[in-house]
Amino acid sequence: MTLEVRDLSVVYPPRGGVGPARAVDGVDLRIGDGEIVALIGESGCGKSTLARTLVGLVKPSRGQVLYQGTPLDYSAKALKAYRRHTQLVLQDPGGALNPKQNVFDAVAEGPRLHGLKDDLKETVHDALTRAGLRPPEDFYHRYPHELSGGQQQRVVIAGALALNPSLIVADEPVASLDASVRGEILKLLLRLRDDLGLSALVVSHDLGLAWNIADRVAVMYLGRIVEQGTVEEVLLNPRHPYTKALLSVVPSGAEDWRPTLLSGEPPDPTAIPAGCRFHPRCGRWAGASAADRERAACDRRELPVLAADVSGAACHLLDLDPPATDVSNAWENA
Amino acid sequence: MSADPTGTGPMSTEPMSAQPTSAGPTSAQPPDAGPNSAGTAPPLLEVRDLHVTYRSGDRTVPAVRGVGFTLAAGDTLGVAGESGCGKSTMALSLMRLHGGRAEVTGEVLFKGENLLTTGWSRLRAVRWAGASVVFQGAMSALNPVRTVADQIAEPIVLHDKVSTKAAEKRVAQLLDSVGIPAQRMRAHPHEFSGGQRQRVMIAMALACRPDLIIADEPTTALDVMVQAQILELLGDLVKDAGIAVMMITHDLSLLAHTCDRLAVMYAGRIVELGPSRQVLEDPRHPYTTALSRAFPTIGDPASRRAPQGLAGDPPRPSDVSDDGCAFAPRCARVHDGCRTEKMLLWPAGPDRESACLLARPERGGGAL
Amino acid sequence: MSGLRRFLKEFRRRPSGVAGVSILAAFVALALLAPLFVGEDQLDVTKVDGPLLAPPSGSYPLGTDQAGRSILALLAYGARESLRIGIIATVLTVVFGSLVGIVAGHFGGWTGRILMHVTDWFIALPSLPLAISLAAVLGQGETSITIAIAVTSWTATARLVRAQTLAVEARPFVERARVLGAGNRQIMVRQVLPNVMPLILVSSTLTVAGSLLSEATLTFLGLGNPTDITWGEMLHEAFANGAFTANAWWYILPPGLTILAVVLGFTLTGRAVEHVLDPRMEKSR
Repeated sequence: MTLEVRDLSVVYPPRGGVGPARAVDGVDLRIGDGEIVALIGESGCGKSTLARTLVGLVKPSRGQVLYQGTPLDYSAKALKAYRRHTQLVLQDPGGALNPKQNVFDAVAEGPRLHGLKDDLKETVHDALTRAGLRPPEDFYHRYPHELSGGQQQRVVIAGALALNPSLIVADEPVASLDASVRGEILKLLLRLRDDLGLSALVVSHDLGLAWNIADRVAVMYLGRIVEQGTVEEVLLNPRHPYTKALLSVVPSGAEDWRPTLLSGEPPDPTAIPAGCRFHPRCGRWAGASAADRERAACDRRELPVLAADVSGAACHLLDLDPPATDVSNAWENA
Repeated sequence: MSADPTGTGPMSTEPMSAQPTSAGPTSAQPPDAGPNSAGTAPPLLEVRDLHVTYRSGDRTVPAVRGVGFTLAAGDTLGVAGESGCGKSTMALSLMRLHGGRAEVTGEVLFKGENLLTTGWSRLRAVRWAGASVVFQGAMSALNPVRTVADQIAEPIVLHDKVSTKAAEKRVAQLLDSVGIPAQRMRAHPHEFSGGQRQRVMIAMALACRPDLIIADEPTTALDVMVQAQILELLGDLVKDAGIAVMMITHDLSLLAHTCDRLAVMYAGRIVELGPSRQVLEDPRHPYTTALSRAFPTIGDPASRRAPQGLAGDPPRPSDVSDDGCAFAPRCARVHDGCRTEKMLLWPAGPDRESACLLARPERGGGAL
Repeated sequence: MSGLRRFLKEFRRRPSGVAGVSILAAFVALALLAPLFVGEDQLDVTKVDGPLLAPPSGSYPLGTDQAGRSILALLAYGARESLRIGIIATVLTVVFGSLVGIVAGHFGGWTGRILMHVTDWFIALPSLPLAISLAAVLGQGETSITIAIAVTSWTATARLVRAQTLAVEARPFVERARVLGAGNRQIMVRQVLPNVMPLILVSSTLTVAGSLLSEATLTFLGLGNPTDITWGEMLHEAFANGAFTANAWWYILPPGLTILAVVLGFTLTGRAVEHVLDPRMEKSR
């Protein structure tokens, strides 16, 4: 096991008359050795905050981040040591590179900060090669604005690789790239896993990305993971109404494709509804009979946190279904 | 959602500078006939050999290099391509909204009238009541210090010459038709979420009952869920009112379901044109193939753990030459002819066209 | 470095900037070469033998002062002192102001708030009375004038640099550096500083101009050392010795115009640098 979070919460203090924002509100998640996990959700669901908590940029209000079983220590020295193991790749590669640094310096930044100055040339050369910028020498003296978006993202990835990390957290790594370039960057992440055994948490709004590269997927809604499991389990046989809705809006080749639209606007972490936090937008709850509503009580009964090591969905309404033969409602056993 | 585009309003965009010249010198592409334009009625919009060239210093940068297509009344056309392919420049130049120091040549015939040469007052009338534009960033396209009602009502009052009161009634109807409670019409743009602002933009576009809506990346900055809502809304509204739509986006898969026909652009040109579903499922240009594979179908074993992309990057507009195929450097099926021959949009099946040598009729057409 | 070459190429395209640099180069040359042409004895009131307060003539192209010294020689020597005070004051201002600005911008929180309160406090102080009191405490002369200028002008730089630091810190590459393992000092020095540097550069050329004016003002008011020769001191002497009532324009105009020319030179250079470094300004022009 590489990285794990337990019962993690991040609360941002009130600002400008708006109450505290519970950006992450109880999450258990685990990323195993050499595993690629996709964290999927809409904007404002807390997925970026969770990603930043994993790399130690944000300190959790409650709960723990464990690396190789050891809780993260937030002293400056310990964090710096942790940086060598876990790296972050950001959405906007143009903004993630210092415009005053050329490619060599941008990639050498990490090793230099950690005093790894022996073989610096070799390290940078290797990192750029692995990131697919060949021959690396051609790129050393170029500045970010002279590169295409895809090349910039490769430089950012090379900068992370130069520290030889065991895990990469990528926050929307391809969202700002062109469609034809997107696949190339995803291929690169897959190849790094195969060649180096690199684990990754890829944060995205795009379920297609999960299908393309992930082993497991976790769907996040309003600070909680509402469904998780292997990509095949979750994407081919979704259980949570939110996952179903997300999947339905991905355009498919089917002639009769019709999205299930959720009413209302994206959720607000400063005003989390009681009970199941999804119930105000849940189509199944809205259409449920009075008896079912009484039994499920989504509007007042809290849901427990979904455990990290099992597949399942956090939904009261699943209790109404006839018992399934496969893994069901795993959180109840947890 | 009931569609009632009895409303009205265009974008009260200030005229920007442009030096349109009359018809272009050459016809690099044969004007194609859309499926609905085969009849006798002239098409709603006909674009012939459109070129847009920007000047930067002493260099000229061709952003659009000879685009031609037709759009019949009530028809929907999607324009897809990557950043820098000229799709937005092309769409905005139709209404002479391209701004800056650009030179536009060719013909843009809207109901038979060439918008590139017509006078500013005529053009303004067309922009109000004929063809309206939905821009990408709703926040920047809306005036932050005026209420939404004011902004929607303005073109209605100016164009339809109705009283403020009547205009307000229409604003309420319009907002209702895009799913925003009419009580909120006194609110300012910042009080709405991104999705709601885009709905307001759509209400504005419908205000003067246009025949054509040009939507430039209408959902790009929005979440998937909101994006689907907006597209569905737009689709319903235009279908009910018989409004033609030209939708520009980088997301090919979105267009397949919202548009009847699809134009794929690369390096300032249309490289493939045809009915959406056919273009997507059976592409006749290697670039379209690559682009459609970039959006995986969930459940398709072929794309599981196998993301598809294209090596290299889209060319910068300044680096594109007129000889040969601009896609050749990234194409897996490239051969010698691709680097020298002149590319045209060749017929590639019924209603279909492709600018690939492999699709050229003398080579057997559907070789792709 | 291609960046520098590009900068020079762009800069050469701006006639006003080239004019500014030319003016400055001329004055710097004048200051450096003055000792070659003018002997010490020509400036010593006890040794000069020229006519007193004489209008321009063949041997004294700009006339003489009340002690019989050549105005031209005084101007040339004045350039040395005036420019030195201006530049040293600017260096102090920019270094201190930038330091406070970057630290306040980077740390935010209590550190930033306290630093900004101190800055506001200095801004609220009326600069001229402060400078006069400082000069009174520190004694007349070059040092106290330099310090007085620096103390009253660093706040503007600090404010400016802090604002720019906040903008730079909001950009993703700072977050990336943090994840790569950079500490506060490394982020300030390696990420923020290079991106704030252009602004500091522009600000410093304008600060030099301001410092020169302050120097002239303070010495004119009599806070300088009468034995030093600066342009401000020349104006002060001219005033004290009745040049104004005697209509000795050749004594008053040259130092005044010289100050004007140098301030103009720095301002033109600063504006040109600003435009070259910030392409957005170029477009909105």
